[in-house]
Amino acid sequence: MDVARTQVGVRARGNAARLGLLALPVAFFAVFFAYPVAAIVGRGLKADGTWQFGRLVDVLTQSDIRHVLWFTTWQALASTALTLLVALPGAYVFARFDFPGKQVLRAVVTVPFVLPTVVVGTAFLALVGRGGLLDELWGVRLDTTVWAILLAHVFFNYAVVVRTVGGLWAQLDPRQEEAARMLGASRLTAWRSVTLPALAPAVAAAALMVFLFTFTSFAVVQILGGPTFSTLEVEIYRQTTEVFDLTTAAVLTMVQFVAVGAVLAVHAWTVRRRETALRLVDASVTVRRPRGAGQWALLAGVLVSVAVLLLLPLAVLVQRSLDAPGFGYYRALTSEDGGTFLVPPIAAIGNSLSYAVVATAIAVLVGGLAAVALTRRDAGRFVRGFDALLMLPLGVSAVTVGFGFLIALDEPPLDLRASWILVPLAQALVGVPFVVRTMLPVLRAVDVRLREAAAVLGASPWRAWREVDLPMVRRALLVAAGFAFAVSLGEFGATVFIARPDSPTLPVAVARLLGRPGDLNYGQAMALSTILMVVCAAALLVLERLRTDRTGEF
Amino acid sequence: MSNTKKFTAVVVGLGLVTLSACGSSESGSGGSGDSRTVTLVSHDSWVVSKNVIADFEKRSGYEVRVLKDGDAGQAVNKAILTKDNPQGDVLFGVDNTLLSRALDNGLFQPYEAKGADLVKPEYRADQEQHRVTPVDTGDICVNYDKAYFSERKLDPPKTLDDLIEPQYKNLLVTENASTSSPGLGFLLGTAAKYGDDGWEGYWKKLKANGVKVVDGWEQAYNEEFSGSASGRKAGGDRPLVVSYASSPPAEVVFADPKPKTAPTGVATGTCFRQVEYAGLLSNARNPEGGKALLDFMLGKQFQQDMPLNMFVYPVREGAQVPEEFVKYGPQAEDPETMDPAKIADNRDEWVKSWTSLVLK
Repeated sequence: MDVARTQVGVRARGNAARLGLLALPVAFFAVFFAYPVAAIVGRGLKADGTWQFGRLVDVLTQSDIRHVLWFTTWQALASTALTLLVALPGAYVFARFDFPGKQVLRAVVTVPFVLPTVVVGTAFLALVGRGGLLDELWGVRLDTTVWAILLAHVFFNYAVVVRTVGGLWAQLDPRQEEAARMLGASRLTAWRSVTLPALAPAVAAAALMVFLFTFTSFAVVQILGGPTFSTLEVEIYRQTTEVFDLTTAAVLTMVQFVAVGAVLAVHAWTVRRRETALRLVDASVTVRRPRGAGQWALLAGVLVSVAVLLLLPLAVLVQRSLDAPGFGYYRALTSEDGGTFLVPPIAAIGNSLSYAVVATAIAVLVGGLAAVALTRRDAGRFVRGFDALLMLPLGVSAVTVGFGFLIALDEPPLDLRASWILVPLAQALVGVPFVVRTMLPVLRAVDVRLREAAAVLGASPWRAWREVDLPMVRRALLVAAGFAFAVSLGEFGATVFIARPDSPTLPVAVARLLGRPGDLNYGQAMALSTILMVVCAAALLVLERLRTDRTGEF
Repeated sequence: MSNTKKFTAVVVGLGLVTLSACGSSESGSGGSGDSRTVTLVSHDSWVVSKNVIADFEKRSGYEVRVLKDGDAGQAVNKAILTKDNPQGDVLFGVDNTLLSRALDNGLFQPYEAKGADLVKPEYRADQEQHRVTPVDTGDICVNYDKAYFSERKLDPPKTLDDLIEPQYKNLLVTENASTSSPGLGFLLGTAAKYGDDGWEGYWKKLKANGVKVVDGWEQAYNEEFSGSASGRKAGGDRPLVVSYASSPPAEVVFADPKPKTAPTGVATGTCFRQVEYAGLLSNARNPEGGKALLDFMLGKQFQQDMPLNMFVYPVREGAQVPEEFVKYGPQAEDPETMDPAKIADNRDEWVKSWTSLVLK
């Protein structure tokens, strides 16, 4: 009787604590995402004062809309499969092998992820387009084919897989696999029955993110696919900004919502059936030099694929930025008489960095709180639903969010339309899903018995979390922060709506320079893109360094 | 443990530094009704020399804030969405393809700017109510790569009719009319020349003659066109591109060292005229400041400052055009034009037909 009451009390306290943790993420999500998006979709569906539900059917029965929907879906599936195929060996190599220059390379492979898509399109054309490298070598041209789109998607999302999967892989205890081999399992069986199930949630999370990114791909499809290929995102953008048919745009936004929601539901369902507590060890324990011809070949293969797919397009940009005597393009960046800005383009670096720091802080705070709240194994349906909701910002087009901000956040106390804070807020919206996705698999893998043991020994819940969870998730936290930072540095769609001309971010400045004729403008755009790459790589390297060596704690 | 603290301290410290750094450039919320500030909403291409705008601020006593809002279509649509609670006082950058949309949605209030009588007649619009003020004009024209044609002893094309001739097969690159404003302008130019029934036939021939369509101006001009500096580096192999009449001067101005002559020329019989307007927003918080700004934009000083900043031509009688423009960017004698109302009525239909005709 008494025992029962105590148990109920404990559960109630747990629920209250969880709701407390969730309060901030829920409020953030409601005010800066749900409310603006609902406002703009509502305005589109409620033309002339009446709800236009009849239009739903109209739009969906148009053959070209159906065609767009079909293309969007299959290219996203193909891109995701291809990315996993190319990047999973990379994740393994980065997690388990030690080789010179590894840290720098890990930062470099994340760079594509933050480059403005406009720039990536340009770099890729130089690789697969006319007169590009493939053309020179074998006379192969891939631009305006689906292959160019798929390759660019691999280029973009390689880091997502390497960082999400590799982060966990590095901490899996190799002794478990060894134990299975001792018991007579073959190498493959041991891997299949021990390592693969442990990795599955992280792989699923990575696949989900890649799918969402490619499903909502915009500039890559536009630049590399030529005008013949169109995704839902492109169509929403066109209906909103060109045709100004808000009703069609609203219907398409809802279609995208449903599609993304379905994917999230499938993901949640599969993950739930697979999550188990894992024995995590410190990453530095599991890393070693490659042994034997097979492992060296694997390492070489991964390095070659990274060089061709990731480094080559980046190198093209650098080469073009240096294409003027005596760093001419870089020197031009410091002068104000280029006229495109009120400040020298070089000032964009400071702007980008300050926005990124604030956006990262917001994303880590909001995403971290959400991840901790979602970790509880007895989390209810509501909480699980919220997990999926947090991913939605990745599946909604920037133009929808931007227009929503414009009509929803226009009255005091929330008139943020001209405030600088709107930029990091919009960027954090995209960063939060990353933080949640990178932290959840690790948090959920922490053995609950460790916490229970700490509690039995008299630690308060906070103390138990600090002593048990935090040391294990610090790495995930840093990876998450790195992601959020990178996302913020490269975010363009929403930023371009709100960045003021006297404080452009790097991607906005690049886009403005690319939009004007003349050699100097193009060269400066390439130079700024190169600076963006260096800044991003440097920031990620610093984050890697912040990881302190904690060997022997376990 | 202590490391955790250190890390947290670093993050929090950075955050605070940034917050204070950003805070100092804080400018209050959107058009806070401060009557000393006038806010201009524009598309991304707005550029004005510092001394010119400073001069206006000194003379008028207003401080000018500028909000850039994406491309022209985006800026207009956003202004329509926020019409009841606008982000600024004046909107600049409505061109003739968007004018009807803006007027029909009640975006502007009437105001006849000082100097409106000095605007060349062909650029005037909305003469009864004066809801908009013309500011600048430019032509969308086919540019050609001079070196390509002189090497082959081939005359560059001059007119739209030339473009479907066999000697120009596979040479032209243009932009998607549904996503790019020069692409749309070029389509409208053909519709103006060949009429409602004739333009589709023209495009069929153009397609048969190997026209290439890419999505945006940046890609067409910087990647595919062989005449621009960046296109040469990218190995562009199309010597004809749909761009602006002012692109050749830009190739000279933004080159280091500056060439003696422009590397590109303009096919003057392929042009479609664009006029850009500005107007006083309907619920402007500072209408007086907005009016002063419109007067300034029609004034001689601003009109003469515009060309080398935005690569457009002035609309005011007697405004001097810089010598680079006279030398390298001939204005078309007789560009195609179209009534904004007609554009508004047909635009979506035309773009749809064009898409299925040219892209499918």
